[in-house]
Amino acid sequence: MSKPFLSIERLTQKFPDGQGGTLTVFENASFGVEKGEFVCILGHSGCGKSTIMNILAGLAEPTSGVVKMDGQEVAGPSLDRGVVFQNYSLLPWLSALKNVTFGVKARYPDWTKDKVEAHARDFLAKVGLEGDVVHRKPSQLSGGMRQRVSIARAFANHPKLLLLDEPFGALDALTRGTIQDELLKIWGGTEQTVFMITHDIDEAILLADRILLMTNGPFARVAEAVEITIPRPRNRTEIVEHPNYYAIRNHLVQFLGKRSKELAGEKVEDDDIRPETIRIDTTDTHERGAADETPKSSPVLRAVND
Amino acid sequence: MTGNLSINQRAAILSILMLICGLVIWEAAIPAQKAASDLTEYERLMGLGQERAGVPPPSDVLAKAWEQLSNPFYDAGPNDKGIGIQIGYSIYRVLTGYFLAALVAIPLGFLIGMSQVAYKAFNPFIQVLRPISPLAWMPLALFVIQDSEASAIFVIFICSIWPMLINTAFGVAGVRSDWVNVARTHELGSLRTAFTVILPAAAPTIITGMRISIGIAWLVIVAAEMLVGGTGIGYYVWNEWNNLDLTSVIFSILMIGVVGMLLDAAFSVLQRAVAYAE
Repeated sequence: MSKPFLSIERLTQKFPDGQGGTLTVFENASFGVEKGEFVCILGHSGCGKSTIMNILAGLAEPTSGVVKMDGQEVAGPSLDRGVVFQNYSLLPWLSALKNVTFGVKARYPDWTKDKVEAHARDFLAKVGLEGDVVHRKPSQLSGGMRQRVSIARAFANHPKLLLLDEPFGALDALTRGTIQDELLKIWGGTEQTVFMITHDIDEAILLADRILLMTNGPFARVAEAVEITIPRPRNRTEIVEHPNYYAIRNHLVQFLGKRSKELAGEKVEDDDIRPETIRIDTTDTHERGAADETPKSSPVLRAVND
Repeated sequence: MTGNLSINQRAAILSILMLICGLVIWEAAIPAQKAASDLTEYERLMGLGQERAGVPPPSDVLAKAWEQLSNPFYDAGPNDKGIGIQIGYSIYRVLTGYFLAALVAIPLGFLIGMSQVAYKAFNPFIQVLRPISPLAWMPLALFVIQDSEASAIFVIFICSIWPMLINTAFGVAGVRSDWVNVARTHELGSLRTAFTVILPAAAPTIITGMRISIGIAWLVIVAAEMLVGGTGIGYYVWNEWNNLDLTSVIFSILMIGVVGMLLDAAFSVLQRAVAYAE
């Protein structure tokens, strides 16, 4: 079986628990992400989502295991992996525009000043920031606008993999909706691979091709990979009408509400645990109402013996 | 009517009133000397007809200030130079010592702020050297350097280094890890990270340290020049004291205050330029 674009293999993270022992956050987690795929990861706090994110970004090192992107092992941060942090991480002494050109200059050091600025303005416009507002400092922007700048900075760099760490976590529900639309719009035109952490089930269904579900920690693992069988382009108001929407949503709610606890701490003997692929499609006449069943077409990531 | 005035205008009026009151009280508090013809014979025998050395009234000081400031750069020999020349010498010494200190303190502060090991290694030395009065170094400096001019500059150097060093280290160590992570995910080298992320992030703290330092340096130069002599505003104060010219002493005290205020104001402008809101 060919390796996926991004492959996480037997990732284990242990921290000292402060009492001489060790705390295993997750152990032998393995999963993959295909090129151009939008993957969300859902799970309760403390299951190690952010740790996985930091390892993917190269900002942290796992206790053991490897992350390979395009066949190359990830070691340290790189411009190929763009990150949008939850707290925006804009540099407060630079204007919105300068924050974006900061990234573009790092990515394309041989571009002229004008080209860098035009490119940055272009991407700011894609998230709805145009005119004088781009000259404002982050402190003069609302939370939603700051996160747009941060998203523009990440997309403008054309990373091979874009990591979003709960980007909308600090925003109110209405702003969140608008920026989700902006994100879909800016993502739609690209073949950008995205890996995103979220706490919001509806957000995950709206954005993702596949949702990875994590059990509670310690010894958390990626238990399931739920395919979102709702065609694109998606729209917040229309997807709720889709027959699959509530079937998928119920499955996710059940998992997070009940099964994530039941599966927690359950040690699996297999040392290369891959998530079980779940495909829920009520529109497929052959499998009507058959949730949790093996799909006909082999999904990209199956628990297979490779 | 005062309701129409802004806060700044009201404050300015109050300041002027306080100044006038102060000057009037000072002027009135100086006992007038009786003319010799008004004295009784007994008083004349007791020597009260002699001119007494007293604290001069503000009117004398103002006259002196006018005289000095209308020709600040005259040079009539080692003991008679204009106030502009004296202040010029002092500022030259302060700035030389101060910039030498900045040259050492800011890079060293970066190192200490970025490395836990460096911080712990340097800390005991800083803690012991920092509380030493800069003038205590003077005899050693005079002996080692063998030059009074350079010794004064050394004293300025040693007193302005600590606030800059400590604030730089503190500012650099306190840079938010998010911003450093932004630099890391953009693959910036350590030199570019230092200049484009850490320096602007720590700049307000560094400038605060530099502002404290220039204040201390200006305090110390007066004392240092009283010791080394020759030129400078500190020497001028002491020289006029030896001449028993209290009008000049008071005038130069005021000038020390004005120059100190201007130095501080320059740094306050700089501080506003690098400030940012999170």
